[in-house]
Amino acid sequence: MVKEVKNKWNGFSLKPRKEMPEGLWMRCPSCEHMLYKSAVEENLNVCPECNHHFRIDATTRIKYLVDEDSFQQVLGDLTTNDPLGFKFRGTTYKQRIKDDEKKSGAKEAMQIGKAFIKGRGVVLGVMEPNFLMGSMGFVVGEKFCAAVDKAMEDKLPLVVVSCSGGARMHEGVVSLGQMAKTSAALAKLNKAGGLFISVLTDPTTGGVTASFAMLGDVTIAEPGALIGFAGPRTIAETIKVELPDGFQTAEFMLEHGFVDMIVHRKDLRSEIARLIDYCRK
Amino acid sequence: MSDNNSKLSNSDHLEFEEKVADLDRQMNELRRLSSIKGIDYSAEIRRLQKTQVAELKRIYSKLTAWQTVQVARHPKRPLLTDYLNLMVKDFRELHGDKCFGDDRAIITGLGQIGRERVLVVGQNKGRTTKEKIACNFGCANPEGYRKAIAKMKFAEKYNIPVVTLIDTPGAYPGIGAEERGQAQAIAANLMEMSCLKVPIVCVCIGEGGSGGALGIGVGDRLAMLEFAYYSVISPEGCAAILWRDGAQAPDAAEALKLTSKKLYKLGLVDAVIPEPLGGAHRNVHDTVYNVERYIVKTLAGLKRTKIDNLLENRYKKLRSIGEDTAATIYKKTRPAQDRVKAALEAIPKPKPVPAKV
Repeated sequence: MVKEVKNKWNGFSLKPRKEMPEGLWMRCPSCEHMLYKSAVEENLNVCPECNHHFRIDATTRIKYLVDEDSFQQVLGDLTTNDPLGFKFRGTTYKQRIKDDEKKSGAKEAMQIGKAFIKGRGVVLGVMEPNFLMGSMGFVVGEKFCAAVDKAMEDKLPLVVVSCSGGARMHEGVVSLGQMAKTSAALAKLNKAGGLFISVLTDPTTGGVTASFAMLGDVTIAEPGALIGFAGPRTIAETIKVELPDGFQTAEFMLEHGFVDMIVHRKDLRSEIARLIDYCRK
Repeated sequence: MSDNNSKLSNSDHLEFEEKVADLDRQMNELRRLSSIKGIDYSAEIRRLQKTQVAELKRIYSKLTAWQTVQVARHPKRPLLTDYLNLMVKDFRELHGDKCFGDDRAIITGLGQIGRERVLVVGQNKGRTTKEKIACNFGCANPEGYRKAIAKMKFAEKYNIPVVTLIDTPGAYPGIGAEERGQAQAIAANLMEMSCLKVPIVCVCIGEGGSGGALGIGVGDRLAMLEFAYYSVISPEGCAAILWRDGAQAPDAAEALKLTSKKLYKLGLVDAVIPEPLGGAHRNVHDTVYNVERYIVKTLAGLKRTKIDNLLENRYKKLRSIGEDTAATIYKKTRPAQDRVKAALEAIPKPKPVPAKV
């Protein structure tokens, strides 16, 4: 019995290929629509068809969030010096940092500074997803604490946009300690009566969720963002059960009571401004 | 309690202790022969024992990171229950987080260590299979962390110092744990413990697995048993991500610098508590005694400090994590210099004393 081969190869197809020209079009991973890139960018990097929020880097995020040119960065050139001397698979942590610096144009996984949001002065921290998955090492922890200090000193609200894979394992226990450090700083801010608005974007997991990201006075999440402690793959591997649909999304967290509100990217500015107005003393 | 100190059976030897196991086998054979045939082999046995001690010293003086992890996970290693039995007098367990349930992976209760009444918060891994399942192999759920902080708040009210014993592979990664907010529970613990108005002494007695360990591991002092490990991620997990192969765990363990000595050198751990020769599992009593002595001594010191100073020191300690190692580069950056200047200016100048009339 010889099975008939269904898909016979008939030589090269003369039909035009359905590939997108490089750089002009993109496919939405959620609704599979072909999207014109500049249209998406105009729409704050949100899919116009299904409202899928694309990941954006820190600089773009700041551009969307603050009043034009009002962001003044501080501690911009703080860099790590590799406390463990971490080596892996023939490369080193330092090399990895150099590579990611080139790739993303960012110096570290967080930018902090003072800015205005609809005219309200804030201390703003934004995490950079393209730099080692936005992971928290010494520099991110230190910058966060510096932002908290600044917010206390100037009596400004603190807004931090989290976007991170967790603690940075290349820095070992130093990065684990940053979780305690940032939480301790927030305890101080709390005591001083400062406002902390935590914005969770896709993805916020691991050590960042288990420290400052979940300690906001108000916690805002972007629609559909992945938010959780253990990553979905780790959970699936550990308990050997298929995860339910919509597990660990922003909507899931809202349903279970860990997020105050879900806000569309285009409304984020006005919502933060309103919250600041409500909380002024 | 003497059965706690019983000899290890052959299956309890770790893979790098082959020679020790071999000597054990020889000694057992001699003992058996002498009891059957009535010949006195005591001189030979003594000689073999001497060799064994020398061998153990040799092995344990230069354990690799991965071997340390194996010692920390040894099935006979003293667990929380051993410490509660041998170290804590008159232990009264307090159950439940009064919100969802009672997590058996974290045990809290009042007791006495030395002459000091304390609140003990410890992670329990369980010895038998039944115990292990009951306490989820030491992986705590959110209710465990919420129980811990609730009892600590209670201790704060009555000025009872807190002692935490850390021994967990990590916080439990499960669907229920995520639904009940594992991250939020740990985050809240970090924040509350950083400003709890009683002394907190943390001792890592076995595995210190990432956020799960840190969830009860923020305090005035963090000590580690000599062959315990403390890490941001399990060596297997790190190998799976960075080496893309879980089998490279020994390399990952080495790179993560997770042993007590390395962490002490990096200034991330305040003290290393020595273990008896050949690891804690070879002499439970001595191990527990060493831990008890450290806790008693440290608590006595901490109790002498004024509570405001204690909290200030704790904050400074947490705030400076990693700063020693990054200090050189940190100093070079301008903004840091400005911050130092600003801090110096912020110190209030002494008010002029009004002249007496």
